[in-house]
Amino acid sequence: MYWVNTLLFGHLPNAAELIFKIWVSSALNLSTTSDLKQLHKNTDKCTRMRLVITDTAADVADWAAKYIKKKITDTPLGTYKKLIEFHKEGKLSFKYVKTFNMDEYCDLPRDHPESYHSFMFNSFFKHIDIDPANALLLDGNAPDLEKECDEYERKIKEAGGIQLFLGAFNEPGSSLVSRTRVKTLAQETIIANARFFGGDIAKVPTRALTVGVATVMEAKEVMILITGAHKAYALHKAIEGGVSHMFTVSAFQMHQCAIFVCDEDATMELKVRTVKYFKGLNAVHHKLIEDA
Amino acid sequence: MPSKKVEGCIYQFRNCHILSNHKLIREDLWVRNGKILNPEKLFFDEKAYADKQIDCQDNIIAPGYIDVQINAKGLLEFGVTSFCPTVITSPPEMYQKIVQYAKKTEGSLKGAGVLGLHLEGPFINTAKKGAHNAELIRDFKNGFQDVVAMYGDKLEGVAMVTLAPELERSSEVIQEFCRRGIKFHHRDPHLIGILTSNQLPTDRTLFYGLIADGIHTHPSALRIAHRVHPSECGIELALECASLHPAQALGITDRKGTLDYGTDADFIILDPNLNVLATYIAGEKVWEGKTMKGQLQ
Repeated sequence: MYWVNTLLFGHLPNAAELIFKIWVSSALNLSTTSDLKQLHKNTDKCTRMRLVITDTAADVADWAAKYIKKKITDTPLGTYKKLIEFHKEGKLSFKYVKTFNMDEYCDLPRDHPESYHSFMFNSFFKHIDIDPANALLLDGNAPDLEKECDEYERKIKEAGGIQLFLGAFNEPGSSLVSRTRVKTLAQETIIANARFFGGDIAKVPTRALTVGVATVMEAKEVMILITGAHKAYALHKAIEGGVSHMFTVSAFQMHQCAIFVCDEDATMELKVRTVKYFKGLNAVHHKLIEDA
Repeated sequence: MPSKKVEGCIYQFRNCHILSNHKLIREDLWVRNGKILNPEKLFFDEKAYADKQIDCQDNIIAPGYIDVQINAKGLLEFGVTSFCPTVITSPPEMYQKIVQYAKKTEGSLKGAGVLGLHLEGPFINTAKKGAHNAELIRDFKNGFQDVVAMYGDKLEGVAMVTLAPELERSSEVIQEFCRRGIKFHHRDPHLIGILTSNQLPTDRTLFYGLIADGIHTHPSALRIAHRVHPSECGIELALECASLHPAQALGITDRKGTLDYGTDADFIILDPNLNVLATYIAGEKVWEGKTMKGQLQ
C-alpha cells in the first residue's frame, strides 16, 4: 500500500502539540475531487528552501500546524469515499496517516516517561484516531539494533517514502550521508538530558537509534521549527553558513522543498539582509497556509 | 476490526476527569474484560484501539464506592459497587445463622459485590455502645473460643470484624482474625449520625477524623460533607474516602478502590456536584440515572 501522508517526526517536543492543535481545530474543506487535484498541483511547486519568519514562538507553531493540516487534507487519499465520510464528520482524521519517529533511546524501558514511545503516546497518539499499526517508532530495546534500523528503513520505503519531515535541530556531528543507525549521544546532550533523569547522569541513556540525514533528505518536504534566541546561532549556521556535517540541518539548503519556520528571537544572528529578503516573501508564505 | 492479542471488547470512556494518584486528571479510561486497561500497552503491544467509545460529557469517573458498614441492599444508584453487609450487636443465633450462609460474591447486574460480612460487635466497649444493645455486648475472656461460640467456626464469608481492642485478650483474638484473613476495626463514636444530622460539627478536627477514616463514611454523607465544606474537603479526598480508604482497610487495593491498570473495572460516573450518574461493575453498566439515560451508550 502506498501512503501519501507519511510524516516523520524529529526530535521536537512541541511538534506533537501543534499537530494535536490541528486535529482539534480543523475541519475538512474539500468539496470535489477536482479541488483536490488543483490543490495538489499547487503544492507541487516546490523547488527551494524557504525561511518563514513569524513574530513569536506561538506563531511558529501556528504556521506549521496550518501547513501540515493543509498537507494532510489536500493530499489525495487512497479512497475518496473514506475522505468524504470524514468530511461529513467535520474532522481531520489521522486514520490514513502513517507516522515515523526519528529517535528512540537504547536500553530505556519503553514505558519510561522519557522514552519517545511514552512521549508520542501521551502528547499525540492517544488524542487522535491514528491506527496503532501506522504509528511507527524505533525499538531501542530490540535484540539486534542494526537489524531494527534496517527494518525501519525498509518500512519507510514500503510506505512510499516520507511525505513530510517535521523536526528541529539534530544532534551535532552527523554524517550527511547517514542512514538509520545506532548513535552514541554527544556528551553535551547527555548532560542536558540529565534533568529528565533526576539529575543523575549515570541514568541517562548514552545511545539512541536515529534516522539518518540521508533518509530525511529523501523526504518530499522538510519543515524545521526554530524558536528562541538560544537557537539564533544555530539558525544562522543553518541558513547562512555552508553545508556542514557539524550542523546537519544545513544540509537542507540542498533540499528541494525545505521550510524553516522561526520566530523573531531566533533571527538575532542573521544578517539584516537575510531577514529582509525572507520577510519580503511573507505574502508568498502566507499563500502556503491559506484556507488552512 | 482492531487487531488484538486478547479477546474482548475494548471500551474507551472519553471526555472525562478520572481519579488517578489522588488527583482528578483529564484522561480517558480504558476497559476490557472487566478490568482497567493500560492504553499505552494496548497501543504499542497489541496495536489495538477501542471497539467502542463512550462520551462522558466532561463528567468525573471515580472508583466505585465500597461501603463497609451497611445493612441494606440496592445501592447501585448511590455508586456503591462493593459492600460488606453489616451485622450489628446481636444474639449468637443471629450471628451464626447469617455467618453460615454468608458468601462473598462478585458484583453484577443484580447488584453490588459482597466483599464479605462486617460483624460489628458484640465484643465492644459498653462505654462506647452507641446504637448497640448493651445487654447483648460480650467480652472474650476465654480468647478466640468465645468468638467461635458467638459467630460459629465457619468464617470464610467474613471480611471484617469490629471489636474493642481494650478488651482483655484482644491481641490474641485479633491475631487469630488476621491469620484467617479477616480485618479488624475498632469502633469510633458514630460520627455519621452527627454529620448527617442538622447539628454539623464545628470542630474541623472531628470532621477530618471522620473523612480520613474511610470506614464510618457513607457515600451520601460524603456528598453532604463536600457540599458543606467544599474547600476543606477536596473532591479527590471525598471520593477516595469512599473507595480507596475502605479498600485499604480491607486490604484489597490490588483489585478494588482505584482506577489503576489491571484492577476491577468497578467505577462510577459523577457530575461535578458528585451526583452519581451511572454505575459500572466489572466494566458493565449496572445502573444509570435519569439524567444520563440515552446519553451514555
